[in-house]
Amino acid sequence: MRLEVDISGKTFRSAAGETHEVLAPVSFALQSGEVGVLIGPSGCGKSTMLRIILGLDRDFHGTIARPPEARIGMVFQEPRLLPWRSVEQNVRLAAPGISEAKLSELFRILELEAHRSHFPGELSLGLARRVALARAFAVEPDLLVLDEPLASLDDALAGRLRDEIATLVASRPMMTLLVTHSLDDAVRLGDRLFFLSPQPARILAEVPISIPRGARGDAEIAAIRADLVARIQGEHGGEHAGRDAS
Amino acid sequence: MPAQSWSSIPAPSITQSPETEVLRLLSFSLFLATWWIAALFVGGAKLPSPPAVLNVIIAEASSGALFLHLGATLARVALAFVLAMSLGSAIGYLMGRVKLADRLGDPWLILLLNLPALVVIVLAYIWAGLTEAAAIAAIAINKLPTAIVTLREGTRALDRSLDEMATVFAMPRWRAFRHVVLPQLAPYIAASARSGLSLVWKIVLVAELLGRPNGVGFEIGVAFQLFDTPRLLAYSLTFAAVVLVIETLLVQPFEARATRWRPRAA
Repeated sequence: MRLEVDISGKTFRSAAGETHEVLAPVSFALQSGEVGVLIGPSGCGKSTMLRIILGLDRDFHGTIARPPEARIGMVFQEPRLLPWRSVEQNVRLAAPGISEAKLSELFRILELEAHRSHFPGELSLGLARRVALARAFAVEPDLLVLDEPLASLDDALAGRLRDEIATLVASRPMMTLLVTHSLDDAVRLGDRLFFLSPQPARILAEVPISIPRGARGDAEIAAIRADLVARIQGEHGGEHAGRDAS
Repeated sequence: MPAQSWSSIPAPSITQSPETEVLRLLSFSLFLATWWIAALFVGGAKLPSPPAVLNVIIAEASSGALFLHLGATLARVALAFVLAMSLGSAIGYLMGRVKLADRLGDPWLILLLNLPALVVIVLAYIWAGLTEAAAIAAIAINKLPTAIVTLREGTRALDRSLDEMATVFAMPRWRAFRHVVLPQLAPYIAASARSGLSLVWKIVLVAELLGRPNGVGFEIGVAFQLFDTPRLLAYSLTFAAVVLVIETLLVQPFEARATRWRPRAA
């Protein structure tokens, strides 16, 4: 299974009638079992790109090729849970076929066992994010899309959740697309990093990480991160693509 | 000390506490007392005393006429209400979702909203004859536009981001409607049922007065022609009591259920 994104442009007409260019030509592809990370400044058009990839926005130039039968699991920036359904119902509604064993396993990994019957309004943001993650993984997706799943969580909590996501992503082969502005997320979870420019977004650099995700210890992660930071500072968001970061 | 100051804050009364029951009883007795005193001043012909009215109610009930007329009225209310609610909800949802439907329907909606109930009833009787169908249709048409407007508002207020969630997770249409859309519409449906029912209660009597041979409205018409105030009050008050019972036993529990997931307002 393969996701091919080839967007040649997207413009947005504001209420005042002006046209803004949101996306410049952007193209990349993702294989099954691969985690692509889109990194870019806030407001650069990442979310627009995701909406196009997910088929929510059809008003763009270009093509998105993904197998029509591909199941999609998505974690939105806001958890987007149904406030009138319990945690368990929220997950089951997205994944009606899930077995009790699978569900228990998911809730165990995401530390949600005690919250099954709670309503989303009774949860903290961190917990609600976990429910959104549980829902996305419960559908056993072929394409997993994570839109800043760790934004506005404190560092300790974000770190824990990042490890939980890593565990789940490693548990089955799928195409994963992670959108973030955190380098920590990218180096812990990603296989290939796409650095995006400010709006209109285009890909400034594509950086593969050669050490497999599972083999990255704290030392490796710190080294990759340091290397990336040095590059970003050295090139000032430069445009040389393809150099291996590790 | 802090414990005491906490306990002095009145708890939000969701359930019926004994105090509310007492207060209700008190309010009802006050109403009866005022009525009785007023009856003494005005005289029995214009305002009969509570026992006089009660006697008529008992007499009408034992002859069976009271139940016959109440039953006829309730059946009309039920039919017209269900018809108007289902049709109005469907049209309102459509107008909230589809721009073209909204543009096409809006002038009609404004016309219907502002058309006096009496006009609709009289026209219905002229066009369809003095029939049951005409009466029920006329009542339903009067309630229809408010149901449409409320449900259109509800549909416009639907959370787009949840729709997108349902789309991305490829939820089948019916499941998405039932679990994503309907719970968001429920408060609007409840509000529209609430206001719609009170509208129907008022209009059904007019429709009966003008063109039906039975029902509470018909009886009130007869009482009016005879200036029979005890009979008039007997029927109106029994009717009001039935309305009250239905509102508390049916409508309010439904409303509470529809909004139960919401954090309670203190």
